[in-house]
This record gives sequence, C-alpha cells and structure tokens, in this order.
Amino acid sequence: MRRLIVLVVAVVTFAAAIGLQITRDRRYASDVRETERLLYIRTARNAQRAALAFQAVAADIYWIRAIQHYGGDRLSPERQHRYELLAPLLDLTTALDPYFTIAYRFGSIFLSEPYPGGPGDPEAAIALLKKGIGVQPTKWQFYHDLAFVYYWHKRDPVTASEWFRKASEQPRAPNWLGPVAANMLIEGGDRAKARFLWGQILTSEEPWLQKSAIRTLQQLDALDAIDQLQEIVQKVPPAAGTPYSWEGLVQRRVLRGIPVDPAGTPFEVNAQTGEVTIANASPLYPLPRYARPSAVSGQGVRER
Amino acid sequence: MRAISWIAISVFRESVRDRVPYNLVIFAVLLIASSFLIGQLTAGQDVKIIKDLGLAATALFGLFIAIFIGIGLVSKEVERRSIYPLLAKPISRPQLVAGKYAGLVLTLAVNVAVMTVAVYAVLAYMTWSVPPEIRGVWDAPGLDPAMLKAVFLIFVELMLITAIALFFSTFSTPLLSAAFTLALYIVGHFNKELRNLDQVVQSKTVARITEALYHVVPDLSAFDVKTQVVHGLPVSWGYLALTSAYGALYIAAILLVSIVIFSRRDFK
Repeated sequence: MRRLIVLVVAVVTFAAAIGLQITRDRRYASDVRETERLLYIRTARNAQRAALAFQAVAADIYWIRAIQHYGGDRLSPERQHRYELLAPLLDLTTALDPYFTIAYRFGSIFLSEPYPGGPGDPEAAIALLKKGIGVQPTKWQFYHDLAFVYYWHKRDPVTASEWFRKASEQPRAPNWLGPVAANMLIEGGDRAKARFLWGQILTSEEPWLQKSAIRTLQQLDALDAIDQLQEIVQKVPPAAGTPYSWEGLVQRRVLRGIPVDPAGTPFEVNAQTGEVTIANASPLYPLPRYARPSAVSGQGVRER
Repeated sequence: MRAISWIAISVFRESVRDRVPYNLVIFAVLLIASSFLIGQLTAGQDVKIIKDLGLAATALFGLFIAIFIGIGLVSKEVERRSIYPLLAKPISRPQLVAGKYAGLVLTLAVNVAVMTVAVYAVLAYMTWSVPPEIRGVWDAPGLDPAMLKAVFLIFVELMLITAIALFFSTFSTPLLSAAFTLALYIVGHFNKELRNLDQVVQSKTVARITEALYHVVPDLSAFDVKTQVVHGLPVSWGYLALTSAYGALYIAAILLVSIVIFSRRDFK
C-alpha cells in the first residue's frame, strides 16, 4: 500500500514537472537565433583518425548530415539557400568510405544544381566525381555523370562527349553511351538531346536519380510550353492600353483555358511586357537556363 | 585440459549471471534494430546503414564486454578473497589463467553470435520488404554470407583485446587495466601511422623506435574489413588465414606473459 502511494506521488510529481515545462515554453520563447553551422572536423585525414575502426559508420553519419544540410537549405522557409557545408560534408563522407557510390553521384548532381536549388558549383561536382574515379576507375556511372555535368551545367558538349566515350569503354557500360558521345560532338547543346539524356537517367537504379530525372523532364516540357505560349502571346497582343493576361486570351478564344505547367501550376504572363514565365510557386521553379529552343517535344500546352 | 575446461565453464556461467553484459547486448540489439529507422534518412542506402551500424555495434559492444569482463577476471577473485581457496585446489596458476581466458572467449562468442543474429534478422526483413529490382542494385546481397568474414575477424580482434585486458588485470587495478586496454586499442588502430612516421620525423632514432613500436603494438586495423564486405569487395581466404594466425600468435604471446606474471604474484 505504502509502495503504491509512493508510486502515485512519483507520477503526480512527474506530471507536475511536465506541466511546468509546458508553462515555461509558452511564457519564454526559446532562442531561435541560428548559430553558425560548424564542421568540427574539417579535414578527411583527421576524420579518418578520429573514426578509428568505425569509418564506415562515420561516413554514414556524414552522409545523413549532407542530405539534411542540402534538404534543409533547399526547403528552408527563409530561403537562405547557403549550402556552404555541402562540399566539405561530401568530401568527408567519401574520404571515410571511398566506395560510397551514391555519395559521389548524388553529391555531384546537387553540387552542380544551379542556385537556389543548389550551390551551383559544377567544378566541385567534377572534382568529387574524379575522386570517385580514382578509387573505382572502372565504374562507368562516374564517367557518365561527369559527362552530364559538362553537358548540362558547363554547356561543354565536346568535353561531355569525351567523358561519354570513356564511359562507354568501361566494363558493363550500356551500349547507348557510344552513340550519345558521337551525336553530342555533331549537334552541340540541344534541348532534345538533353531530354534523351534525362530519359536515360530515368531508367537508372537509384530512386533519387529517378525523381530528379522526372522533375527535369517536366522542366524541359515547361520550357517547350513557354516557347509555344510566348509565340502565341506575341502573335496576338491585347488591345492598346490593355494589359497582357491569360483571361484576355481566353476571352478572345486564343486559348481554351489558363495554361498550366506539367506540375499543374498556372504559367505567369507579365502584364506589361507579355513575357511568359513559370510561377515562383511552381514545384518546377526555377527552370534551368537554356539558350536555344529546339524541336518541341510535341507535348503541347496544357490548359486548365 | 579438464581443469581448464572446468574453469572456462565456471567463468562462462558467472559471466552469464552478470547483468552488465546482458545490458550491453540488449542495447546493441536495440541499436541494430533501430538502424532500420535510421536507414530511412539516407536516400536509399538503408541496407548499407544496417550493415555498417550492425557490424560497428558488434565491434563496439564486443569491445566493452571484452574490457569489462577481462579486467575483472583476476581482480574480482582477489577482491572477494576467493583466489586463496582457488589456488589451494589442484589447479596450477597457468591453468587458471588459461581457463579464465577460455571462459571469457566463450562468453564473447555467445554475445557476438547474438548480435550477429540480430543484424541478419534486420537484414532479412529489409530484403523481404524491398522489391527485387531495388535489391538488384545493392553492392552486396542483403543476407550476404561474406559478412561473416567481418564478424569472424571482429571476434578474433575481441579475443586479442580480451587477452590484453587479462594481461593488465594480472598486475593492475580494474580501472587502470581498463584505461590501459582502451589506450592500447586506440593505439592499435593508429598502428599504420607509426609505420609512416619515419617519413615525417628527422631523427633516425625516433624513426627506429616508431618502427619497433609498429611491430610490438598489435596491428588492430588489419582486423577491420567491414567496409570491404559491406561494399561486396572480396576478402580473400588467404588474408583471413594470415590475419587470424597473427592474432592467434599475439594472443598466445600475451597469455604466456600473463601466466608468468600471475605465477610470480604473491597474494598475501
């Protein structure tokens, strides 16, 4: 009986402590000032020494931290988008576990992603992939990813072609790499070719790469749609003194409905200039820079 | 041999009754099970995380068990004064040391086996719950038997650590024995740095000393093949045999020194 009373008193005391905690949290807001983000261990050598026999687990921890850092900055409500630790974290991850393939591949894609979607640092992506090739020189995926960075982000189809050719020479490389390398030399940067490359990545084994390919293919569709819409808007301007608007075009029966991007968000048209752009609120924002439109995918403009 | 096996079984029974190894093993199993949740944070690298964390937990908690039980093997008997009736029996001091060591190795084997089963259980669930096309891109199969090579070398390493803990316990207090054993564990993993120090230091004498230390200090990094097995890279049987033989010889040498120290010790 006495023990039961003591237990009840303990439970009540604990409940009171929780109540006090809730009251304190409501009355005194916690300090949400962001502290400087630090890497306590900065060099790969020191990380290897500190990890002793647990380098693989340490690599996993740094990998998780890299993903959280990238995702947190990309999705931050304040839109800070700094990514200052992404390259060092990936460097530490791959130093601790040199065979961590996804860290090289994932890391290169998101290091080269243009700002604000990423740090926009294709040189760091290239360095990371070359580090991977140094460890696993017959992994064709690394050569392929290098070619992709040169083609998509550095707009250098000649160097990209060379890396595609090297990729095609590696064991177990798919047979489409050789033709891609050859065509790239001839055609140069081309939206249709980019669509083909992303279509290849869509068939890859990693779910994260597949999602990235789906998004970029939708962005390419959006670019094609913008080209078509821009042509329409310029061909059929509104009456003098009237602003450009989708509603106006619908009223004039130029369009059947408000055009939407592949993610379902309506495109925007500048009321003064008539420039068609993707909405900031669209999941596909921002679109990649692409200088020259080419053959349209044939998808057409989607309307709501 | 009969006396050694009798002592070994007695040590094993005593270890099984001790709560600390139980708690360590339970904690290790929980950590291994939680690796399934941690794997969700890794962008498709679940199986790698489970293997890495599972093997690391086996090595780390095995280390704690080896040190905790190893340092008390002799000192507990002295503290409880049970060393006197024990030595009064027709058991030689070398038999006592060998029996104590064998019993501890048996305890370690059981604990490592439990943790290994836990890792494979989580991996079995992972393998079952993932579609075949995802399984096809893993570096190594989920239920990869090659992982047992890593587990085996971890066990040999733990046997070596246990021998070192036992060695220190023959002449030192439990706290100091634990500190020395842990220090030697850390130095053992930095062994390769000692070998390369001659490229950095100017003094030839220092270079010779570090080279000698490299050969004297146990080379524990050689027992670490966790990264290779997780990534499906081959670990040859020849390497396994050579490393195990190195471990066995080192253990034998340490046990012989422990026997000499223990034999000369006066317990009055």
